[in-house]
Amino acid sequence: MERDPCVCVMGEDVGHYGGSYKVTKGLAEKYGDLRVLDTPIAENSFTGMGIGAAMTGLRPVVEGMNMGFLLLAFNQISNNCGMLHYTSGGQFKIPIVIRGPGGVGRQLGAEHSQRLESYFQSIPGIQMVACSTPYNAKGLMKAAIRSKNPVILFEHVLLYNLKERIPDEEYVLSLEEAEMVRPGEHVTILTYSRMRYHVMQAAKTLVNKGYDPEVIDIRSLKPFDLYTIGSSVKKTHRVLIVEECMRTGGIGASLTAAITENFHDHLDAPIMCLSSQDVPTPYAGTLENWTVVQPAQIVTAVEQLCQ
Amino acid sequence: MALRMRKSVNFINRLLSSRIQSPGVLMQTHLASSRPNHCPILPASTTVPSLASQPALCSPHHLRLESTDAGRQSDCSNEIGDFDQKMDFPGGKIAFTSKMKFIPESLEERIHCYRVINEEGRPIAHSNLTEISEEVAVGMYTGMVTLQVMDTIFYEAQRQGRISFYVTTVGEEAINIASAAALTAHDLVFPQYREPGVLLWRGFTLQEFAHQLFGNQADYGKGRQMPVHYGSKKLNYFTVSSTIATQLPPAVGAAYSLKMDKQDACSITYFGDGGSSEGDFHAALNFAAVMEAPVIFICRNNGWAISTPSSDQFRSDGIAIRGQAYGVKSIRVDGNDAVAMYNTVCAAREMAINEQKPILIEAMTYRVGHHSTSDDSTKYRPADEIERWRTESDPVTRHRKWIESNGWWSRTAESELRSSVRQQLLHAIQVAEKVEKPSIADLFTDVYDVPPLNLQEQEKLIRETIKRHPQDYPKDVPV
Repeated sequence: MERDPCVCVMGEDVGHYGGSYKVTKGLAEKYGDLRVLDTPIAENSFTGMGIGAAMTGLRPVVEGMNMGFLLLAFNQISNNCGMLHYTSGGQFKIPIVIRGPGGVGRQLGAEHSQRLESYFQSIPGIQMVACSTPYNAKGLMKAAIRSKNPVILFEHVLLYNLKERIPDEEYVLSLEEAEMVRPGEHVTILTYSRMRYHVMQAAKTLVNKGYDPEVIDIRSLKPFDLYTIGSSVKKTHRVLIVEECMRTGGIGASLTAAITENFHDHLDAPIMCLSSQDVPTPYAGTLENWTVVQPAQIVTAVEQLCQ
Repeated sequence: MALRMRKSVNFINRLLSSRIQSPGVLMQTHLASSRPNHCPILPASTTVPSLASQPALCSPHHLRLESTDAGRQSDCSNEIGDFDQKMDFPGGKIAFTSKMKFIPESLEERIHCYRVINEEGRPIAHSNLTEISEEVAVGMYTGMVTLQVMDTIFYEAQRQGRISFYVTTVGEEAINIASAAALTAHDLVFPQYREPGVLLWRGFTLQEFAHQLFGNQADYGKGRQMPVHYGSKKLNYFTVSSTIATQLPPAVGAAYSLKMDKQDACSITYFGDGGSSEGDFHAALNFAAVMEAPVIFICRNNGWAISTPSSDQFRSDGIAIRGQAYGVKSIRVDGNDAVAMYNTVCAAREMAINEQKPILIEAMTYRVGHHSTSDDSTKYRPADEIERWRTESDPVTRHRKWIESNGWWSRTAESELRSSVRQQLLHAIQVAEKVEKPSIADLFTDVYDVPPLNLQEQEKLIRETIKRHPQDYPKDVPV
């Protein structure tokens, strides 16, 4: 926002309140009520507003208070955001960023625990990225704001408290690149967002057991970084996908299809995909834990895969 | 400021208490249909101050950027005494009453409709008819005639199978052209799909229209949209999207953009009576009011949403009455009176930009044509109703009578114009028909700024398929 006066923020309670997860804290005091806009409660409309503002030269960052609420914005995201650059013959660009917290939290109930990336992934014309660390959150956010395309940035409700040293100098990450978290030889584990931490926890156990997993945080959910993923598959020949999406129609389902299509010759075993079950996320803590892939399950899966 | 507040609040109190004599009074006034009774809640003219036009106790503008305390905003006036009958709710003080009364679902009389030229083309006596120059009046007329001829020729072209689809604006030419004439080239237009006249006025040529209808290489949309889904960045006309009312929030967003940059321009958006039922209508108006955005909302109330008459669309007094529900100034105007439309949009534009607020205009008209070429409206409405509106209230005829009476137009000019436009259109169609269709590459460009790997792959796949089965691929489409 400091670098470019066209960047603005809009969403519910983003201004004075600083955002439901304090992502926009302090911005309203610094840049004013117009540039950091508190909107009435109508997701379809402030998303549409952001699209209109983007078409006329601004670079809005639209916040969904919880990604789940953006289901109400689906119409604008699909029909206007994704399509207008194409249907106008390239005349109107929509450099908008739509972001917000999603994923399964701690007992937030079904409506506040949704994985919108699986619903949005089919929309042509949009890009989707998921951040997982303070470092890549900053880099991806900057990249998304600077991109000419509409980008949906998925944050996770449980990752806002992470602390990390990040470089003082400016850096921007690539929106289409996956992140090599832990190089290895035996198996490729593909994951993103919060599941990265469950995978890394499982990796510790796996290393103790003598395995050498390669962990990749795919980061770019649409399009997939098939270059990084492919290089890894060609090396390890075994793939495990660990995601928070539901089994049916999730990112894992699409990723499985993409890898099978492109790299089936290099696979020694069918791709395994660990996802959440096809159930609404329950409120009860114990039940909720069971809908999310746990490190123990990841360890078991790798052991099975490497037999 | 505070003193004026108190005076006007007292005025409102007196008005209200004069109405509430007994619980039966309101029932009586509601049932009495003959006597026009100026309702204190919604006056027919804009001169009587109504509750909604009172700003919040003191304008919070100067406080906005500094204060992050919502409580401070409503606490500007500290008078005591008169105000001990009021409670300080968030959002302002509200007076109490001990008489329970329900606000009626409709007023005794519908909102009046502003017009200055009657069906015979004569100015109505005592109208505040602002002077329109001959240039503008005749310009509007030629625009409307061009639009009319364009609609006729292109509709016929669809019937002949030369284009796949078309949507006419028959009966709504005045709304199209007169509203466009009142705007400047810098104002941003967000159309629904029945406003090609706005684009025509701004300089889109008949040839450019034809190219879009044929979806050829010269189409600015590169053949990606159905016919009549025009778009032109250089003319500030945002590409038509078929979905109803989805253009309303972006229009507010564009106004927000103009407001941020302090531009001397507004955004303007059109929709029909059916479109006003969409959720986007509600939220766009609400947003525009809260944000004080310079946007003009024009509702073409043409009585029909495909086969749904407006009586099945809403039970409110049309759309103009809804403005006050959102805190938006509104007006009902005769959409078939080009002069009234022009005046209204001119005034609206000035208010929107100088006062930085949204305006709602309900233009009453009739959809004389079918919804589109995929519709036969005689199936759901009487043919004589259509005919009556087509002949008696035609906006083009009315305007012609008026400019003729001013000596600004003649029969020869009329026949010359119509035949000239017709020739141009037939020529435009011939040219557009021959231009090549977009190539396969255009299937994959502009989805993003550059095609990502997956799209490059998909394009390769298609090209390989075409190479292997050339006989299955249409010969006249370039690869």
